[in-house]
Amino acid sequence: MKVVLDGLTKRFPNRNKKEAGEVVAVDHFTFEIPDGKLIGLLGPSGCGKSTTLNLISGLEEATEGRVFFGDHDVTKLPPEERGVGLVFQNYALYPHMTVEENIIFPLTNLKGSARLSREEMHKRAVQTASLVQLDGLLERKPKELSGGQQQRVAIARALIKTPEVLLLDEPLSNLDARLRLQTREEIRRIQRETGITTIFVTHDQDEAMSISDMIIVMKAGVIQQIGKPQEVYDNPVNLFVAQFLGTPAINVFNAKVKDGGLWIGNDRVLDAEGVPDMEVYAAIRPEGFVVDPEGPMHCGMDRLEVMGRDTSIVSVNDAMTGKSIRSIVPAESVPDADAAEVRFSLKPNKVFMFDAKTEERVGAVR
Amino acid sequence: MKKNDLKGWLYLLPAILFLGIFMVYPLIDVCIYSIEENFNFASQSFTGYGLHNFRYVLSDPYFVQALKNTFIIVVITVPLSTGFALLLSLALSSIRPLKNAFQTIYFLPYVTNTLAVGLVFMILFKKTDYTDGLVNLLINRFGGASVDFIDGPYWAKIFVMCFYTIWVVLPFKVLILTSALASVNQEYYKAAKVDGAGAGRIFVKITLPMISPTVFYLIITGFIGAFKAYSDEVALFGTDLNAAGMNTIVGYVYDMLYGNSGGYPSYAAAAALILFAIVFTITYINLRISKKTVSYN
Repeated sequence: MKVVLDGLTKRFPNRNKKEAGEVVAVDHFTFEIPDGKLIGLLGPSGCGKSTTLNLISGLEEATEGRVFFGDHDVTKLPPEERGVGLVFQNYALYPHMTVEENIIFPLTNLKGSARLSREEMHKRAVQTASLVQLDGLLERKPKELSGGQQQRVAIARALIKTPEVLLLDEPLSNLDARLRLQTREEIRRIQRETGITTIFVTHDQDEAMSISDMIIVMKAGVIQQIGKPQEVYDNPVNLFVAQFLGTPAINVFNAKVKDGGLWIGNDRVLDAEGVPDMEVYAAIRPEGFVVDPEGPMHCGMDRLEVMGRDTSIVSVNDAMTGKSIRSIVPAESVPDADAAEVRFSLKPNKVFMFDAKTEERVGAVR
Repeated sequence: MKKNDLKGWLYLLPAILFLGIFMVYPLIDVCIYSIEENFNFASQSFTGYGLHNFRYVLSDPYFVQALKNTFIIVVITVPLSTGFALLLSLALSSIRPLKNAFQTIYFLPYVTNTLAVGLVFMILFKKTDYTDGLVNLLINRFGGASVDFIDGPYWAKIFVMCFYTIWVVLPFKVLILTSALASVNQEYYKAAKVDGAGAGRIFVKITLPMISPTVFYLIITGFIGAFKAYSDEVALFGTDLNAAGMNTIVGYVYDMLYGNSGGYPSYAAAAALILFAIVFTITYINLRISKKTVSYN
């Protein structure tokens, strides 16, 4: 089932009554999620991701705009009539029910002819439990399960009513690092097996990039960019997106375009095509640096961090906006750690320029 | 005895002394009183040990009446007051405007003196030479005949008694239940909504189990409180409860000690122990039932 949001907007009254006006949590969202895809809704805390999810699930009522599941307008429908499965950040498993009772709870709420027999419900519970690999745990209470298992119960509960759309709110944030890796693979597998259109919310760009078919980056209630993870990474539309994606984070410099060149400090690092002279931010991915004794970019050497396959060079430059510059280079091209200076040449496809005023992407380097 | 043990006992000593003098000794004393036969208060003498006091109390029509009254109060007021409190707190937690105002109003009876409240009930219900009372005025308006609620038929007095008791115990229960409801994580309700549960099912399947420890606490303390009812009866019917036919077990105990027919600590002790046995049994049954129905998380 494809999901279409059309100008979806949610405004909350300001909590502080003395201040007039409203808080816009979600600002005119318009996009289409193709059937059967896994979409990552990505942004920093408080940017309106969860509100968007609540609008799609029907827990919040939209101030403006519409939500379609397929061709069906569900904007005015209550959550129970939308056929969505929702997994909460804290799972919201009912503590007084067993795992099986939790999983079949949505089925027990069905009325009339839709209602299944006890045996049928049990069969479905066993099937769903085995899909999320919870076999043999049906009699337990939620508190007797590990975090990862609780998470899977929550997913099973969302899946058992075969929802049109599966929504996951920060599904991995309560798990430890190892389990997080494992569970995100799991989510991907379950999504592939069931083919249910899935939207999941996260503030962790790694998580979103690794399993999503498509990511939506948002900031302060406004969509910044939509696209395949790699496309968005390779072509950020503005400084925010460039900084939000990638670990280690992108290195940002105060720079300027002059006479057809990109200048960082006194170094003309690359050619800038078709860009008038202006102040810009130059953003360079850590992997965009190439150690080159003849390279155009001069940086002060700080230290080396060896990470096995790669080495991370920490250096400094007067034009940098952060505390240091972090570049990742193959272990064989490591410079002398005791040298005062390190010189780089840059890979043009890893360098982006953004207007210093609007922070929007400008031009291209070569 | 190890040195540490000695220290431990030393630290406990004040509490042990206090509890010993004011709790354990009187308790044992009550037990002894209850089996001393023909105890004479003036000469502090008795004729022997036996169960005569219990036999006497159990065959005393005043005690039987008190027992009956107490049971009626318990059976009617505990479920009704808990039920009403649940309804009121559900209503209170689902409204937003004036919530605090309503909460204050519901809590007023709790901070008001029993006797003062009793006076208000007298005005509402008592029939005097000048007026039949507010409630009777209402009954008259709808074409009914006046009923004497304070000195009239037994059912009328029981009605006022239960009405009053429920009204007095309600605020505390509402307060406790409102905070229990507020402590239920809203995500459960959201999850249940998405799962398609209606309001009724959410209440039965989610809310009630979530607050069951609190409800159970209120039922147990409600039972115990109702069994110990006395001052409310005095507030409504005056000190001569036997004459009004509205005595309770605790009232009977008091009368046996200090009332007009008083001076019989042995009978009082026997009655008190019978009350203890009843409360103990009921609480035990409650605990057994709760093991199956209450979920502590």
